[in-house]
Amino acid sequence: MEYGLDLEYSFNEFLKGFGLSSEIAHIIWLPLPMLLVLVAAVVGVLVTVWLERKISAAAQQRIGPEYAGALGVLQPIADGLKLLVKEDIIPAKADGILFTAGPILVLVPVILSWLIVPFGQNLLISNVGIGIFLWIALSSIQPIGLLMSGYASNNKYSLLGGLRAAAQSISYEIPLALSVLAIVLMTNSLSTIDIVNQQSGAGILSWNIWRQPVGFIVFWICALAECERLPFDLPEAEEELVAGYQTEYAGMKFALFYLGSYINLILSALLVSILYLGGWGFPIPVELIAKFLNLPINAPFIQVFTASIGIVMTVLKAYLLVFIAILLRWTTPRVRIDQLLDLGWKFLLPISLANLLITAGLKLAFPQFFGG
Amino acid sequence: MSIAITTQIICFSILSLVILIGALGVVLLESIVYSAFLLGGVFMSVAGLYLLLNASFVAAAQVLVYVGAVNVLIIFAIMLVNKKEDLKPISDIKSRRIISTSICLTLLSLLIRVDLTNVWSLSSPQNSIGEESTIRIGEHLFSDYLLPFEVASVLLLMAMIGAIVLARRDVMSKDISTGLPVDQELIEKSSEPLLTNKN
Repeated sequence: MEYGLDLEYSFNEFLKGFGLSSEIAHIIWLPLPMLLVLVAAVVGVLVTVWLERKISAAAQQRIGPEYAGALGVLQPIADGLKLLVKEDIIPAKADGILFTAGPILVLVPVILSWLIVPFGQNLLISNVGIGIFLWIALSSIQPIGLLMSGYASNNKYSLLGGLRAAAQSISYEIPLALSVLAIVLMTNSLSTIDIVNQQSGAGILSWNIWRQPVGFIVFWICALAECERLPFDLPEAEEELVAGYQTEYAGMKFALFYLGSYINLILSALLVSILYLGGWGFPIPVELIAKFLNLPINAPFIQVFTASIGIVMTVLKAYLLVFIAILLRWTTPRVRIDQLLDLGWKFLLPISLANLLITAGLKLAFPQFFGG
Repeated sequence: MSIAITTQIICFSILSLVILIGALGVVLLESIVYSAFLLGGVFMSVAGLYLLLNASFVAAAQVLVYVGAVNVLIIFAIMLVNKKEDLKPISDIKSRRIISTSICLTLLSLLIRVDLTNVWSLSSPQNSIGEESTIRIGEHLFSDYLLPFEVASVLLLMAMIGAIVLARRDVMSKDISTGLPVDQELIEKSSEPLLTNKN
């Protein structure tokens, strides 16, 4: 590691000061970042739910939640508490085991994918070598959970919703993976840290969005479809399917679906910002500012400052994208199922394939701009 | 024994148990839906074994291909054609069972032979590649394993053409299942959008 805070190292050194072995220190360290990220994800969901309520209200010229806390900020917590104390109902003719396992299978892969989301040079749970590929693989488990809950509910709307969800995520996964592949081609690495570092050369000018505009749009459309956000929320289309695969769910099991979909939305926004918008990078490189102000880049004060800016930038970019997603949800009509599959297979797939091919060609022609 | 090794042994035994019990469940359970979901669990546990062997790329590929694609499609197919009907009794069930048992036993003996004859231990600890394995797999796929790689893609293309032929009945004059001539007009009508005829 060239520079940057290494909290794990400092923490282990701190514990070793008390006479603990390095193994024990490592075991005490392990759950800390996981808990931190889990809490961050849940708080992110609360914020997003509040934003969704407020922005949808503004889009429809209403006020939205107002009485629960200032500007209604406590409304999502009230929602959560309500779901927590509701009775857990399993329909009489439903398949109990699959009915319970479905929501868990939907939520767990989404939370596991937070493993690779970096908020700074060393600020992620694990810099695994397969990085972004882990997310693609994990997000392919979700349709099984959806099919499972759709089948186990013993309800035709649920089954239809589950089948639609699976068809949708299978068809949008391929263009998604192909547009990620173009980025990986430019970076020569699957690691999210390397992907961000590759974009950090010249601030906002070196972000991948300028080099991969087509990939950015394809990825964003596919990410929205994977999250089942409104232009593509066919699996739970209220007017046709009641609520799709969630129809029979109540209480905490419904809350798991709810949590899963919002965590997935934030995760997708974070990944778009990491892949295309420079991740934790400030629009003007922090090193440049430090040099301009004649400050030493390795001083502890600068390090902490840089790390905080990194976290703020990542979250800011992600929430900008979440805002766009919410605005899209409340201003666009829903596509039909045939339009959805046409868009996926006949438009996005060829375009992302061509994008990959052109990226490979440009990489050979201009190695200094497109990664050598 | 260090903590890392203990964790590894615990993970290995849990994964092996899940694989064995899950695989038995896939074969022995009455409900085909349960079998399909259990198959997904078995695939996941195999991916876990790859992870224990430091082959994280292979593990992720296993999850993506087997769980995300193969198993989802199996479940999809089961749910689209899940009819409640009693299975017909098969006349020569005994000879079929003998044949399938002997095939399984032959495969098992082959696997045991491979297990016994292969040299499993690495010559030195430096030979384990770990995180670099992704790059090595890519190099091998595009050099000495190029032909099998390309042949696999031809195989997939054949399967895809077969699926298209099965799905588009209008390319054939006779129905595959019944042998009756296909009513081409009906197919034409169904392929048109419903809304265009109304105005």
